[in-house]
Amino acid sequence: MTLIHFAIFLPVIAAIAIAIIYRYVKDVHLGWFVLPIPAVIVAYLFSLIPSIANNQVFHHTLNLMPRIGLNFDVYIDGLGLLFAILISGIGALVVLYSIGYLSKDEKLGNFYVYLLIFMTAMLGVVLSDNILMLYFFWELTSISSFLLIAFWFTKEKSVYGAQKSMLITFFGGFMMLGGFVILHLITDTFSIREMIANVDLIMASPLTPLAVVLVLLGAFTKSAQFPFYIWLPDAMEAPTPVSAYLHSATMVKAGLYLVARFTPVFAFSELWVWLILVIGLVTLFWASFNAIKQDDLKAILAYSTVSQLGLIMSLLGVGALAVSTGANEQIFTIAVVAAVFHIINHATFKGALFMVAGILDHETGTRSMKKLGGLMTLMPITFTMTLVTALSMAGIPPFNGFLSKELFLEAMFEISNANFSALADWNVLFPILAIVGSIFTFVYSIKLIHGVFFGKRTHDTPKEPHEAPKLLLASPIILSALVIIFGLFPNILSGSIIDPAAMGILGTDTALNTEISHWHGFNNPALWATVAIVVIGTVLYLFRSSWMFIYDYHKEQFTLNHLYDQGLIYSQLGSAKATDGIMSGFLRDYMVYIFGFFVVFGIVTTFYTGLPITFDDFAQVGIQDMALVLIILVSLAIIMMTRSRMVSIIMLGAIGFSMALFFAFFRAPDLALTQLAIETVTTTLFLVCFYHLPKRSKHEESIKFKFTNFIVSVGVGAIVILFGLAAYSNRLFDSISQYHIDNVYDLAAGGNMVNVILVDFRGYDTLMETLVFGIAGIGIYALMKAKVSRKDDDNEEHA
Amino acid sequence: MKSTLKRAGYSKVQRQMNDVFIQFTSKVIFLIILLFSVNLFMAGHYTPGGGFVGGLLAASAIILLLMAYDYETVKKMIPVNFHLMISLGLALAIVVPTLLFFFGVPFFTHQHTYVNVPVFGEVALHTAVIFDVGVFLTVAGTSLLIVTLVGGTEK
Repeated sequence: MTLIHFAIFLPVIAAIAIAIIYRYVKDVHLGWFVLPIPAVIVAYLFSLIPSIANNQVFHHTLNLMPRIGLNFDVYIDGLGLLFAILISGIGALVVLYSIGYLSKDEKLGNFYVYLLIFMTAMLGVVLSDNILMLYFFWELTSISSFLLIAFWFTKEKSVYGAQKSMLITFFGGFMMLGGFVILHLITDTFSIREMIANVDLIMASPLTPLAVVLVLLGAFTKSAQFPFYIWLPDAMEAPTPVSAYLHSATMVKAGLYLVARFTPVFAFSELWVWLILVIGLVTLFWASFNAIKQDDLKAILAYSTVSQLGLIMSLLGVGALAVSTGANEQIFTIAVVAAVFHIINHATFKGALFMVAGILDHETGTRSMKKLGGLMTLMPITFTMTLVTALSMAGIPPFNGFLSKELFLEAMFEISNANFSALADWNVLFPILAIVGSIFTFVYSIKLIHGVFFGKRTHDTPKEPHEAPKLLLASPIILSALVIIFGLFPNILSGSIIDPAAMGILGTDTALNTEISHWHGFNNPALWATVAIVVIGTVLYLFRSSWMFIYDYHKEQFTLNHLYDQGLIYSQLGSAKATDGIMSGFLRDYMVYIFGFFVVFGIVTTFYTGLPITFDDFAQVGIQDMALVLIILVSLAIIMMTRSRMVSIIMLGAIGFSMALFFAFFRAPDLALTQLAIETVTTTLFLVCFYHLPKRSKHEESIKFKFTNFIVSVGVGAIVILFGLAAYSNRLFDSISQYHIDNVYDLAAGGNMVNVILVDFRGYDTLMETLVFGIAGIGIYALMKAKVSRKDDDNEEHA
Repeated sequence: MKSTLKRAGYSKVQRQMNDVFIQFTSKVIFLIILLFSVNLFMAGHYTPGGGFVGGLLAASAIILLLMAYDYETVKKMIPVNFHLMISLGLALAIVVPTLLFFFGVPFFTHQHTYVNVPVFGEVALHTAVIFDVGVFLTVAGTSLLIVTLVGGTEK
């Protein structure tokens, strides 16, 4: 347990305190109590920058279950630190913003608890070296994102968006787990560091392409890449602070982080490089193209986020070539630097833009572009911030977006100079896709500024617009200031954060000494590309009414959303049909399924493998055993013949107590005690169940019914006896009881081995059993209560 | 006794007032069983017993009372919230193995030590006991919840 482990878990620990504070403190906005948490974390992380900049890395291990390789290894290099600072830094700003955005009437306790859980999860994703822990935190981010999207859960669209994001990201996460398992099979380790060290094993394995695809599915779903991006626009139903935080600055970048982190592992694979490059560029193009037709401010920003993520993804794809080819290394290194730089820039300008969208929504009551217009004089500060950040997004100097976008274009031009085996003829497509995507980015950025703040003022906003309070403005002002500062002095970042992060992605120790400059000379193609983007973009925007009709060709039934909706409906229908076919509602049918399967399974196993049974070392059967067996047989016969429930239950109890006696005879006092206690409680339970049972019917069951029962019960009995005998006859492994006997006192300071096994040696089993027990109790409670309340409803209907 | 029940005004209780013998003996036996369950729980680390059996026995002690009296009366005698018992038990069972991190050991590596208490002499302290309390509470709470639920809805 080191300070950094504590820093990761601090938000979750604080969440407990926040939940308690929420209950008792009503006067102060809860956000003020939350604000110090990310602030403290970001301050701590800043203190690590100097050592990280000197190529130092931190590696701390916390053993969870060392035997199976599940350890909480924290590994901090430039890449992890960059993301961690983004998470806690933007987190602090978002909390500050949410204080102004969410009123005290909202369920603030839920909101901040979810947000803090997310913070821990996200920090865990970017700082753990163990992929099992990474997966755990990864899914935790999906869960907290789901909860936050559904924060206004009374709105149907919120629930729809939450479910969509959950289904898609969980699908990807699960696929990713499969990829991780394959990686573990190949390298026999869960540590990313050790995987990088054993990269030759991964290169040699035939399973690698599958692992590549599976891991990338995880990254693509999380980072909303084509065709999985459809969840992100619907996730905009979340409160705006959440959109700014999770769905633009941090969580959707987890996929980028994963790709960056696994670049040293997979970069040799052409499949990896091409998938990332092509999917990234397609996403960039498609999403920026679709952003223009959106009417909702947040929808524009959502599509814009998707396209920017695609941009960074394609840069990482180019960067992976640096590791694999070695040729033209300089260029590909630039791509990685551009990717890291753009991750920072995107977090600043897009975070600010989302906050601005929230301000507009808050102050005018609408996010529709049609209703907004001419707000420049009414909201001057908001206007300035939008101008700065949107121009940065469009790639206009001197803002930071210009610098990274130029690096991006440069990398795309240089890709045609590289020689690859596959797809070599298509090289020219990459710069074209990049430029077209950038043109559309320019168009919607201008649309955002022009449509909201210029033009004639429309008077159909639900609220009278006015400038937002200082509390709402503070966070976006800080981010806009960063946009300008990073744009003018990019080199304050390059040495301290960008270089270490890029080195982490490339997996090298050699310093990069990046210098980011604004001017590269007239013979630089990226400069002319930027000029072309601005010119064509302006023309397209001015004549937008004459080409917007092309969106009409994209019919509703051909969209991915339509596909998703239909898929959901049909899978629900299909599973309902399948369930209806099996679930008859008769307990006896389910018993027949379960035991029938067991019998068939047992017979098939016996048939294929045989059951070698020896009767060599059996103990003598004593007179007391005979007596007990006799009791059991007589009780059984009575149960079968009697027509009274009471007699059946008493006889069942007799069998149970005889079993307890058996345990006592075989010198297993713990088992005997437990059996006695269980028998007592279950017999009572049966007795109280009496009241609920229907009157026993007089009619005789059919012969067929009885015959099936007979077959199944005899089959189960025979199989159990055979398996028991076979298990006793064949000892494949040495018994581990000797280990327990030897160590019961030394390791666990106990005298009763059974109990020591239960609470210590195999305590994990007990923990899970206890959980099952508790869940079963709560489940029965819910069922009984549901039944009662349904009865009440029926009564009301009848009355 | 009688006055308390009369004041409560349960017709059912009045009907059951005839069961004087079972009601009296069950109260005595209840205490014996409960003490025995505590004994089983505490002795579990060295002799047969433990949290699971202890919990079940404690539950059966209360079930005995439930048979002699009705649910509302028992609720008045022992005002315990079974939901709280389950939650507390589960929380203990999960928190204790997790907090062992503070000893710098992997998950679920119990720690123990011996201290000298003036009268009792050397006493063992073991984190497994707290975990077992969790098991005890969950098992007892769940059994009681189920029995009272199934039995308590008869109206």
